[in-house]
Amino acid sequence: MSLSVTRRTRLSTAWLFVLVPIVILLIAAPWWAGRADLRLMGEIALYMSLAVLWNLLAGYAGLVSVGQQAYVGFGGYLFFALTMLAGLHPFAALPLVVLAGFVISAPVAVLIFRLRGAYFAIGTWVVAEVFRLSFAQISSLGGGSGTSLSPSIVRSLADGRDAREAVAWWLALGAGMLVIGAVVWLLRSRQGVALTAIRDNELAARSLGIDIWRTKFTVYVVVSGLTALIGALIFLQKLRISPDAAFSANDWTAFVIFIVVIGGIGTLEGPILGTLVFFALRETLADLGTLYLIALGVVAIVIMLFAPRGLWGFLRDRWGVELFPLSRRVSGLAKKEA
Amino acid sequence: MSAILELQGVKKAFGAVVVADDQSWSLQPGEALGVLGPNGAGKTSMFNLVTGTLSTDAGTIRLDGQDITGWSAAKRCRAGIARSFQVPQPFAHMTVFENAYVAATQGAGLSGRAAEAHCLDVLDRTGLVAKSNVQAGGLTLLERKRLELSRALCAKPRVILLDEIAGGLTENECQSLIQTIRDVHATGVSIVWIEHVVHALLAVVSRLMVIDFGRKIAEGEPQAIMQSREVKEIYLGIEADA
Ligand SMILES: Nc1ncnc2c1ncn2[C@@H]1O[C@H](COP(=O)(O)OP(=O)(O)OP(=O)(O)O)[C@@H](O)[C@H]1O
Ligand SMILES: [Mg+2]
Repeated sequence: MSLSVTRRTRLSTAWLFVLVPIVILLIAAPWWAGRADLRLMGEIALYMSLAVLWNLLAGYAGLVSVGQQAYVGFGGYLFFALTMLAGLHPFAALPLVVLAGFVISAPVAVLIFRLRGAYFAIGTWVVAEVFRLSFAQISSLGGGSGTSLSPSIVRSLADGRDAREAVAWWLALGAGMLVIGAVVWLLRSRQGVALTAIRDNELAARSLGIDIWRTKFTVYVVVSGLTALIGALIFLQKLRISPDAAFSANDWTAFVIFIVVIGGIGTLEGPILGTLVFFALRETLADLGTLYLIALGVVAIVIMLFAPRGLWGFLRDRWGVELFPLSRRVSGLAKKEA
Repeated sequence: MSAILELQGVKKAFGAVVVADDQSWSLQPGEALGVLGPNGAGKTSMFNLVTGTLSTDAGTIRLDGQDITGWSAAKRCRAGIARSFQVPQPFAHMTVFENAYVAATQGAGLSGRAAEAHCLDVLDRTGLVAKSNVQAGGLTLLERKRLELSRALCAKPRVILLDEIAGGLTENECQSLIQTIRDVHATGVSIVWIEHVVHALLAVVSRLMVIDFGRKIAEGEPQAIMQSREVKEIYLGIEADA
């Protein structure tokens, strides 16, 4: 048989050629972007990471968590604790934050996986509240009012303000690429095939040999560990942490859900596109005050009405476009039929 | 010869509705067993119990002599039991090929090129290969049924459970389906086939079982069963060759 299976499409190959210069350009950003732009781009990279991770959780594994702020805050606080209390260098603290995220999320998963549907969502929120209340008790981290990253730790990142801003940007960019890379890798792996099947039909997935609990557990733990890393970088950028900011359901879950839903849940490109749209809206409408939030709501409603599977879902259903080579296509079919 | 699949005193009820009433039967290695019964008799439920998507109230299910009653559906599939769903359950946003690929990688434990080749081979045999790149959600009902069969075969089962896959086919399509199932049977796969299209069933199976109200009411050589009073009573009004 002259049939073969490929994952690359012309578009995905072309995309690679576009992606490489984009990444190089982004790495060089400290030389062409101003300080404010660099901060904004860092924020975009970190939000994009949160969105990609939440999408993996909710859009693929069906784990609709409204409590991922638990891990953002956990990561932020642990990073402050490791650097300020344990005296670790920030670069040494970051991998430990990821590991700790894996370790803490495993028992949480065992607990909340007993809950179904809406109860699961509520459970994740309760867990986040428990995290918030616990960290508010730690007086060495400022208790309920929080604390600032000490200047010596900030200085240990790099000499001079500009160099530090550059390092913070590279960390955010690196984390974003790590997250997207990890998700692409996961979705292309055997586990990813299982996960995509679960996304579409759990009954069939079970009946074809997929261990649903284990697959979801893996996703939850990986996503939570990486979310903790993003949390650490968010508060490294902010230089200040408090329980309310660290465990904000609004900032780290509501906006993220908005991004994923308008971008296209259950697709890899959706949250990436959604993040860009979200920041474009925010930057153009931010002067409007509360009207800005109303505008966001209107955008969400319009997209839900006209493209229920989000912007990317709309593009994909229409033209079958896919930037990251995930799906497997059989080539040589036309020849065979002829 | 010891049975590859064996049910012993299996019971299941949904409230007052009994779908498995003290069911005991077995399947020999390489055997093809046909299942008849009126609508709502509990045939599909029996498959759900065997594949583990439904848990038993009582009784034991054995695969190759091993008690699998407490096993998850996934583990049973990996151990060699695959089924087609009467109401198709495609992975709607994945292509036909990817649907097959799930079964080959997760159920049969294949990987890489071996998995791909196996899928293409199965799709070729079930006549779906030309649709490989089509999203499963866009298939017609008949194509979805064929996809059910393809996926089950991709899982490389030792026992395959087929639930009404011949309905609605033209005579030609039905003949090619019969040939496909015969070929599968010839490779040594044991088959349990629920089918209302009796002539298709009789072309493949060597034994028939009749189920009503969750109870096995007759079992034996196909011709004898078709002539039996139980079957005639149940199928009164339904033509035997519909
Ligand atoms: N999950 C369930 N909960 C409650 N009742 C159920 C459930 N599944 C099946 N039943 C009932 O059990 C009975 C047997 O259903 P089943 O699907 O096993 O019948 P069947 O023999 O496959 O019928 P058909 O020929 O129509 O496919 C029916 O009355 C059905 O309504
Ligand atoms: Mg049925």
